[in-house]
Amino acid sequence: MAKGYQYKKYTRSKFGSVVYFMFLLLAGAFSVLPLVYCIATSFKPLDELLVYPPRFFVRRPTLTNFIEIPALLGKMTVPVTRYFLNSVFITVVSTLLQIVFASMAAYVLSKSKIKFKTVFFLIIQFSLLYNATTLAIPQYLILTNLHLIDTIWVYILPTLASTTGVFLIKQYIDASIPDTLLEAARIDGAPPFRIYLNIVMPNIKPAWMTILLFAFQGVWSVSPTAGTIYSEELKTLPYVMTSVAAGGLARQGSAMACTVLLLIPPVIVYFVTQSNVMQTMSSAGIKE
Amino acid sequence: MNKSEVKIKKDSVMNNETFIHYMMIAPFALFFFVFTVLPVLYSIVLSFFSYDMLSSPKFAGTANYFRMFVTDDVFWKTALNTLKFAVITGPIGFLISFILAWFINEFNPVVRNILAFLFYVPTLAGNAYFVWQIAFSGDSYGYINSFLLKFGFISEPVNWFSNTTYNMAVLVLIQLWLSMGVSFLANISGLQNSNVELYEAGAIDGIRTRWQELWYITLPSMKSILLFSAVMQIQSSFSIGAIEQALAGYPSTDNSVDTIVSMIGDIGTVRYEMGYAAALSVFLFAVMAITRVLIGKVMDSLGK
Repeated sequence: MAKGYQYKKYTRSKFGSVVYFMFLLLAGAFSVLPLVYCIATSFKPLDELLVYPPRFFVRRPTLTNFIEIPALLGKMTVPVTRYFLNSVFITVVSTLLQIVFASMAAYVLSKSKIKFKTVFFLIIQFSLLYNATTLAIPQYLILTNLHLIDTIWVYILPTLASTTGVFLIKQYIDASIPDTLLEAARIDGAPPFRIYLNIVMPNIKPAWMTILLFAFQGVWSVSPTAGTIYSEELKTLPYVMTSVAAGGLARQGSAMACTVLLLIPPVIVYFVTQSNVMQTMSSAGIKE
Repeated sequence: MNKSEVKIKKDSVMNNETFIHYMMIAPFALFFFVFTVLPVLYSIVLSFFSYDMLSSPKFAGTANYFRMFVTDDVFWKTALNTLKFAVITGPIGFLISFILAWFINEFNPVVRNILAFLFYVPTLAGNAYFVWQIAFSGDSYGYINSFLLKFGFISEPVNWFSNTTYNMAVLVLIQLWLSMGVSFLANISGLQNSNVELYEAGAIDGIRTRWQELWYITLPSMKSILLFSAVMQIQSSFSIGAIEQALAGYPSTDNSVDTIVSMIGDIGTVRYEMGYAAALSVFLFAVMAITRVLIGKVMDSLGK
């Protein structure tokens, strides 16, 4: 993949490269400084949180803010393990089902001869435009009609049909799995589901790893649409963070500590999936 | 076995196979219909009704649309704000994400991966935007205020989220911070995989600067990825609203940063005027669809 980089040097001036590097550095700083601040503040002792004028970095780092979290959360009506389990349950179930549903549908749309598959794919491609935010009110009405309000399913069900997932996996199958490979298995009498499971899935690992990243980061930080969750015991970790942050300036350290802890899982998933994501995205084009 | 028997056997295998294929697409199709297609259809129907979720819907003709376009001043304010956010964070966010991806692509893979992570991390952080609340805090403890006070740019702290001169700019900045998402990754990937021979041929044909190379070779060769990135950018830039609501409140001062999405939330889940909320949703869907079609046309003409 790095080969392009060698040839293109022809059109590059040294001065230009320095200017671009400076630009990247500035933009990069703008991008990460808020999070660096977040991490720095999570290690600040109380007097440094209240100092005026405020300081960006920490002078005498301490773990107090992290140690205080259980005590702070102990004051909540529901044990914090409950929020944690809710978040983990929602994230695991939704991510897993998104991958299974999207990859099965993508396989059928790419390799089967079922009717209307072209039209169906065009509809999916167009629906990439609309996400849960823009569909919130009608989805709320549908959840109400299905009597699902104030159940854990309001977090999960609306996310299950990932249009981005089907789109990216289908494009990847189109680009990487030749028909002849599947034809051989078909002649040997392998049923479609077996072909999907034993041949297609192992070969499109980059594609479903990509959906793993997008699904995970989407669901992990989700807050329910207004009006869909009332019960305290059905709330999730991002809600806990918000309520700690609401404690004002003195609680800032602990709020930041919560944010840092919440950021760890998606960052790990990002590093695990990164190279796969790049590979998948190269076939992500919309052709019209 | 004679020929016709073979054919019958093959047919039944095909039918069985087709059946399994339908079964495999069914779970996605079901949830896609219930939570994406149905919401759009439902909104269109409901937009002609008056419905408060207590009594059954009453047919209202075009009353909701009349209210939206003619009598409701707030609608035009939020529509204009949505447009401002979309125009700035959409094309500018898209341009920045492309330029950053293009620059990043110049480096060796290790540096490239580190840089990509640095730009993508705000998207991963999800709820961390409230850090900006501290930076732009309205009292003198806010970083920006304390900095500006120290150097004498301002004489008293500015309330960044309620002051109508600044709040739009501040929120646009935060949205740009969050805008290096899926489209950014797609752009990096598209650039990495563009065809090397094209660049060699270009050099022979007299392409001398990186800008010429970008315009004549790179952009036309990754048109379809650019369209995907653009669609992702439209999706996110028109759904702006939640962060504005969290930081500036709803309604914000003179509705200065309220968007259609936050207005729909208020009309729907606070006032339970579902018919009107549906009409607003239909308007949003339509504007997004039109934008999508226009951008498809622009991309198509790229490099021609």
